[in-house]
Parts: sequence; structure tokens; C-alpha cells
Amino acid sequence: MKIAVCVKQIPDPATPYTLDPATHFVVRPAEQVLDDTDRYGIELGLQLAEATSGSVTLVSMGPAGNLQGIRQALAMGADKAVVVSDPALRGSGAAVTARVLAAAIAREGFDLVVTGTESTDGYSGVMPQMLAELLDLPALTFARKVSLEGTTIRVERQTAAGYDEVESALPVLISVTSGAVEPRYPTFKGIMQAKQKPVDQPTVADLGLDAAAVGAAGSGQSITAVRPAPERAGGVKIKDEGEAHLEIIKVLERTKVI
Amino acid sequence: MKIFVFAELNTAGPSTISLEMLTKARNLGGEVAAFAVGAGSDAAFATLGAHGATTVHHLDPGDALPAAAAAAALAGLVGDGDLVFFGLTQTDRDVAGRLAARTGAAVLSNAVDVKVEGGSVGVVNEILGGSTLVETEFTGSGPRLVVVRPKSFTAEAGAAAQPQVHTVPVPDTGRSGAARITARHAEESQGPSLADAAVIVSGGRGLGSAEKFGLVGELAGILGAAVGATRAVVDSGWVPYSVQVGQTGKTVKPSVYIACGISGAMQHLVGMKDSTTIIAINKDEEAPIFAVADLGVIGDVHQVLPKLIQALKAR
Ligand SMILES: Cc1cc2nc3c(=O)[nH]c(=O)nc-3n(C[C@H](O)[C@H](O)[C@H](O)COP(=O)(O)OP(=O)(O)OC[C@H]3O[C@@H](n4cnc5c(N)ncnc54)[C@H](O)[C@@H]3O)c2cc1C
Ligand SMILES: Cc1cc2nc3c(=O)[nH]c(=O)nc-3n(C[C@H](O)[C@H](O)[C@H](O)COP(=O)(O)OP(=O)(O)OC[C@H]3O[C@@H](n4cnc5c(N)ncnc54)[C@H](O)[C@@H]3O)c2cc1C
Repeated sequence: MKIAVCVKQIPDPATPYTLDPATHFVVRPAEQVLDDTDRYGIELGLQLAEATSGSVTLVSMGPAGNLQGIRQALAMGADKAVVVSDPALRGSGAAVTARVLAAAIAREGFDLVVTGTESTDGYSGVMPQMLAELLDLPALTFARKVSLEGTTIRVERQTAAGYDEVESALPVLISVTSGAVEPRYPTFKGIMQAKQKPVDQPTVADLGLDAAAVGAAGSGQSITAVRPAPERAGGVKIKDEGEAHLEIIKVLERTKVI
Repeated sequence: MKIFVFAELNTAGPSTISLEMLTKARNLGGEVAAFAVGAGSDAAFATLGAHGATTVHHLDPGDALPAAAAAAALAGLVGDGDLVFFGLTQTDRDVAGRLAARTGAAVLSNAVDVKVEGGSVGVVNEILGGSTLVETEFTGSGPRLVVVRPKSFTAEAGAAAQPQVHTVPVPDTGRSGAARITARHAEESQGPSLADAAVIVSGGRGLGSAEKFGLVGELAGILGAAVGATRAVVDSGWVPYSVQVGQTGKTVKPSVYIACGISGAMQHLVGMKDSTTIIAINKDEEAPIFAVADLGVIGDVHQVLPKLIQALKAR
């Protein structure tokens, strides 16, 4: 089975990102990391590829930088990567991103597309179904458990109340939640091999897309203001010396909980 | 400009978020229609009507996962410049994504407010754990899709009004609509529902184990509170996803939120920081949760919680 897994390089979440004061776009350093939530999709892709003697291709859009995040993903065991990195894409919204990723995925060919449910930096959370619509695929979204029987994929799909069992025949798109699988750690061998694995970097034109229809101009949105949120009034902080529960009780009384 | 509000119909009626969005749409003025998906009933339609829908377009896709059919049908209804509201819930997000791809429309997500001035529509969202507000305007043509965070608006029923109900035929969506639901499961927790509870006791990895997480349930039981949890705890399988609070879980606004052994990651804060009073217990003095806490207790949950439970039981 040929599997495409969508992965994103993001600024290291350990240091909160900043917005460019002029454009309001996220400042993306050359050294970005693999979005941690993409590890679940990669793991699922690898497990299904192993079960079917298939292959895993990573597909990503965004500034390539030094490709550190992509190498981290390859080190887990993916076979190769396609990174669409083109200055024309600066300021792209989710819908444009979906068009670019869909074109890159279609060019590779696939039986299964895997994404996360939302990214750590943008978390618009609408990419999976956008891709499915553009690729004319059914989408099994919010999967917390996935199984393959013949050519049918079954998933447990998270809902507000619990979960649904849903299924579809291949080809299909799956968006996977954290907790669905346990991502493997890259081995030393995997890390060494990742340096040699092919990383294809097509331009927008290579994908047959019009540069004027992507980027900020093609995204139909513009940030007009950025301001700090009103701050919460500061509270009190106490150290427990064995009696702190009494302070909690006072607050519960004051707020009429008890 | 028309406003369409997506309304998922559950066994208990329209989703809570749909009623919140209808109330907002009604207050923005203009023509408001609900696009209701699921098994319909007169009671459900009347609820949508009372919250502001003058028209209800109703689609029942049966056991198909609804996104493909719903997006195809909606694409035929929405016009240039119309506003379409979705909630930040699983099915709503799925339909919003498909509709955006179909119509080429922009979608602005994680909205906490929507402003309409003249012909322009501005959407406010929070980034960096709610510390920064960003305002974004739609600039292109086509419909304008907004995905709204739950609890951003308060649902208020107006005068009872029977909306006009149009049954929407299920469109043929071919391959993209082929996913089927074969079974539905509810994972109800005991006590009040998390979304509506006045008091929430929430636990994180600091509890140490599924067994020790029982302290959270015990305290919640005594206070008549709902149980909440962080994603770290849900991913560990200690509690079901239905009790997760945060970016990818539920947004809550109780009068009192008690955070036990929770670090206060950005993605958790966006789901609970608007609670009226926040009490936090954490052994790490530097834990970010203390930045939003009205009462912060630097201490060990395994010391503080048993004493608190005992003292409350003794009352
Ligand atoms: C704070 C913030 C808010 C934003 N809000 C909006 C908004 O409201 N509307 C809008 O149109 N744009 C928005 N953007 C821009 C948007 O984040 C980017 O276009 C992004 O590449 C795609 O959206 P996402 O990351 O939000 O996707 P999500 O839907 O959250 O991502 C789901 C999954 O899709 C895959 N995926 C997403 N992006 C990529 C990628 N570039 N390469 C490979 N795989 C990917 C991953 O598997 C991911 O787990 C925002 C950006 C930021 C930083
Ligand atoms: C895209 C995305 C979406 C996410 N969505 C969500 C979401 O919806 N909800 C959510 O919660 N998280 C979400 N997360 C995860 C989030 O980033 C954090 O990882 C998570 O909230 C941490 O959970 P925690 O506080 O239980 O664990 P930790 O961060 O490990 O914190 C445990 C805390 O317990 C304290 N502690 C330890 N022992 C004790 C003790 N004995 N007594 C007292 N305190 C103790 C520690 O000091 C620490 O502060 C998301 C992440 C991403 C990337």
C-alpha cells in the first residue's frame, strides 16, 4: 500500500513563536522541528506499510529551512519526503495549503492519506477534510483506533459524546488523534539513514499551480490587528504547610460551592 | 448578506454550540437560516427557531458520515458574501473543510468573536494560550466560513417561532461520501455534564496513576462537580476523551475550576481560562497554571486532596 503522511515543520513550541510586526505572519526560523502531533500519523503510516509491504512518503508545505523537522520524521522510518517550499507560498491560509498538499499527493499517487487532527502552531483543524474533498476521497476523521481488513479501513471516530465505529474502502484519508498509536523513537540507525533519504522539493509551478493563486494573495484573509488579551487579575499563591486545604475550603465557601 | 448556522442534530436535540451561534447570528441581524444535519424532529426545529433561525434546511444522511453530503448540499445554498458559522466540533469542522474546498472560500477558525461592519466581516481569535488577540478580515469573494469556539457566545432563546423547514435531498457524492457509521457509542461519565457544570474538578499527570486519579472523582462527587482532565491523562487511558478540557477537548466556563496536578499548557488554558474562579494545586512553584489561578496552592496533590476530601466529608 502506498501511504502519504502529511507532516509539518513548526517553530519549536518550547519557545513561543512571534508574529512579524509588518505582515503578522509567524516568524519561521531556519531550524524548525517536526510538529509532535504528526508523530502519530507517521507511526500509523509505518504500521500499515509494514503490514502490507507498502511505503510511506511524507508530504509537507512550508519553508524548508535546514529540513531538521523532516529528517526527524524520516528517522522514524518513512521512505522519502516531498517538501513544497516556495517563496510564492508565504502567507498561505489553510485552503491554499490544502490545494498545494493535494497537488503534491496526487503527483505521488497513493492508496491512503494520513494527517493529524490539528497542527500545534495553526490548529485551524480543517485541513483533513479539505484534502479529502480535493482528492475526491472519503475521510475517516478523528480516528482513535484504526484497523485494516483486506481493503476496508475501520476506525473508532471520536465524538463529543463518545465514539462512532466508521468504515470505508480504500483509497481513503484518515486523520489520527494522539493516543491512537504509540509513536516509536528513532533508532541510531534510523537517524543515520534519514540523512541519505530522498527529499524532493518541487516548486508551485512544478505542481502545475498558478503562483498568483497561492500565498497571501490567494488566501482571502488579512490580519488587521494584533493586541494583548485583557489580563486576569492576579491571585494569591500559598505554599502547603499541611493546612492549605483550609484555604481551598474558604474559597469554596466564598463562591457558595459549599 | 445571509447567515447560515450549521446545526448538528443529536438525540438530545441541536448541538449546544449551534444554539450559541444562532443567538449571535440573530443579534448580528439580517436573515438567519440553520442547516440542520441528523435525525430531525419538530421539537428540534422549534428550538432552532426560538434561537433565531427563520428557515431550517434539514438533511438526514442516515448512516453516512455526513460531511461530504452536507458540504455538497450547503454549497448549493450559500452565495457570495454569505456568512456560514460552524462550531469547533468534530462534525462541524469536517463540513467546514469540505465546503471551503468545494467553494474555494476562506475559512477562519478558532473564532471567539465575529464583527460585521458594513460589508466587511472581522473574526477575532486567541493565540498563544489566549494571551494575544488577533483580528482577521475576509478579503476575497465567495462565502465566508467561520469556525467558532464553543462558549464564545451565550445561547438565549427568544420568542417561540416555528421556522420554515425545507427538507434537503441527500446529494450523490460518489466516492467522497462513501464512509459509513456502523455503530455509535456514548461514554457518559457520572454526575453533571462537563460542558454545563458549575463546578469542575480536573486532574493532570501530576496525579501519577489512573488509580490515584480516583481522588479527582472523589472530590468531584462530594462537590457535585463534573470531572475534567488534560490530554496527557486521556492519552494515557486513565479517563475517556469525553472529559478532556482544552484546545482539542471541551471548552468550559464553570464558576469554579479546580486544577489538580495540571501544568497549564497553552492548549489546556484555552479551554478553561475563562472560568470565574480558578484554584490550582501543583508542586512546581513555576507551573504556568498559577498565572491564571485565583488561589494557587504549591503542594503535593497526594497530601492536599485527601485532607480536603476528609475535611469536606466531616462537614
Ligand atoms: C495562530 C494561527 C492561526 C491560523 N488560523 C488560520 C485560519 O483561521 N484560517 C486559515 O485559513 N489559516 C490559518 N492559519 C494558517 C494555517 O495555519 C496554515 O495555512 C497551515 O499550513 C494549515 O493549517 P493548520 O496548520 O491550521 O492545519 P490543521 O487543520 O490544524 O492541520 C491538520 C493536519 O493537516 C496537516 N497539515 C497542516 N498543514 C500542513 C502543512 N503545511 N504541511 C503538511 N501537512 C500539514 C498535518 O497533518 C496536520 O496535523 C493560521 C496560522 C496560525 C499560526
Ligand atoms: C495540537 C495540540 C492540542 C492539544 N490539546 C490539548 C487539550 O485539548 N487539552 C489538554 O489538556 N492538553 C492538550 N494538549 C497537550 C498539552 O500541550 C499538554 O501536554 C498537556 O495539557 C499536559 O497535561 P498535564 O498538565 O496533565 O501534564 P504535565 O504537563 O506533565 O504536567 C503535570 C504537572 O503536575 C505537576 N505535578 C507532578 N506531580 C505532582 C504532585 N504530586 N502534586 C502536585 N503537582 C504535581 C507537575 O509539576 C506538572 O506541572 C495539546 C497539545 C497539542 C500539541
